[in-house]
Amino acid sequence: MTKRLFVKGNEAVAMGALEAGCRYYFGYPITPQSDIPEYISREMPKLGGQFIQAESEVASINMLLGASASGARAMTSSSSPGISLKQEGISYMAGSECPGLIVNICRSGPGLGGIDASQADYFQSVKGGGHGGYHIIVLAPDSVQEMYDMAMLAFDLSDRYRVPAMILADAVIGQMKEGLTPHSYVAPDDLEVKDWALIGDGKAGEQKVVKSLYLGDGELEAHNNHLHAKYAVMQVKEVRYEGVELDDAELVVTAYGSTARIAKTAVRLAREQGMKVGLLRPITLFPFPKAAFKEHTSAGQKVLCFELNNGQMVEDVRLSVPRTDVSFYGRAPGAGSLPTPEEFLDQIRTHYEA
Amino acid sequence: MNHDVYMAGFGGQGILLIGNLLAYATILEGNQASYFPAYGVEKRGGAATCTIVMSDKSVGSPVVGEPEAALLLNPLSMEKYYSHVRSGGFALINSSLIDDDGSRRTDIKRLLIPANEMALAIGDSRLVNMIVLGAYVEYSKVVSVDSLKEALKEVLPERNHRFLPMNHQALEAGAEFCRQAFAS
Repeated sequence: MTKRLFVKGNEAVAMGALEAGCRYYFGYPITPQSDIPEYISREMPKLGGQFIQAESEVASINMLLGASASGARAMTSSSSPGISLKQEGISYMAGSECPGLIVNICRSGPGLGGIDASQADYFQSVKGGGHGGYHIIVLAPDSVQEMYDMAMLAFDLSDRYRVPAMILADAVIGQMKEGLTPHSYVAPDDLEVKDWALIGDGKAGEQKVVKSLYLGDGELEAHNNHLHAKYAVMQVKEVRYEGVELDDAELVVTAYGSTARIAKTAVRLAREQGMKVGLLRPITLFPFPKAAFKEHTSAGQKVLCFELNNGQMVEDVRLSVPRTDVSFYGRAPGAGSLPTPEEFLDQIRTHYEA
Repeated sequence: MNHDVYMAGFGGQGILLIGNLLAYATILEGNQASYFPAYGVEKRGGAATCTIVMSDKSVGSPVVGEPEAALLLNPLSMEKYYSHVRSGGFALINSSLIDDDGSRRTDIKRLLIPANEMALAIGDSRLVNMIVLGAYVEYSKVVSVDSLKEALKEVLPERNHRFLPMNHQALEAGAEFCRQAFAS
């Protein structure tokens, strides 16, 4: 049996990335994610990889673009204000179809905000945070184990579709410690050789270009349609969610990441009190599990959405099931605003009995 | 088993260290645990708190609104968190720094422990955290003192292993204090 480790979520995501073959990290420190570069700066050299603390977030995302264009598995990490700075580069990566991992251990904003956990970067993450109408893959782990597992999944999905992938967590999931059972990375069979990668070998061959600039008549439209066709395939093939006690649920609670963990306890307490309540936890925030919401509200079930913000994912839930009664309860992020299971239970009771 | 405990004090009292240690000892005993710290931007003197949830099944929320037990090491923590302790729960209060005549809560068990004086008696003021942790596990039996010792050995870098006997002594002293208090 593999030894169970006891590590932070931030360390787990770093360990998973290295296990998945990531050998290039570019970043800049910011609370509450600095454990990630700290861990990688210590472990990466042992694996023969490169760790670079760049001069800024803007530099680090462009280094990621460069490493990715050469076909390498590479990553960056930051927290909300730093992720805002990276948006230009993420847009260029999306436009250039450069895969790669971006970890956002979200803190509260807007602006410099605070260092406490937040889910207020949902819109920025799933709607295309930079310019130009693109999407990236967004994964929302809710445990230390998932931070590890999803680092691997993020690289696989990102390489499969040539779409950048983000792991969206927050100070709760990043700084909490739990048991972690590490396991070896196994590459999926369908991952193709990156024949588009810019690997100069000095020999004459077909010219390869990785770019996001398309000036010819109709070129950019076709490129955008190609990107969106990939998003449509992901919407069919790559949606992931967790369902807890949904079979006979009359009220479907939904939440992701840290608030999903809090909601799990609230749902258990509600069940103990005889309320037929279940949890639908989106794991992929993009692609969003629209069909799952349709399926689990088809018999007239109500939905209650919990978030650590003033209401963002709830909009995607409402778009998924426009005829369903969808309620929202959230707390604006900041010091002292983390909701408790007892608080969620009160909300569940109110909406269940209404 | 299903337990949770909230620990609070000021930065430098070693709150995060004992929270980490308790959760790790729980894992070593084959159960599940989450350790969720929250602290200020200051290195020392700011508020330091953590929540540990322990279970033989999977841990749900790492955040707890009304903890089953609270370890309160300074007056500010007492002010902020004492009222949150679940009815029927347990509060361990550092009476070296906190005055409490017991009239505020009659619905919980409480133990006043002069942790600072006890730490000095063993020989180092920094042992306050270990004394309190020893008392808590004696009361709650969530893990054994032996598991804590094993966890401490693994967490501590080898160069600091010479401090292990003193820390063991502090854990035992806390446990003994708790035994005596509830025996009488």
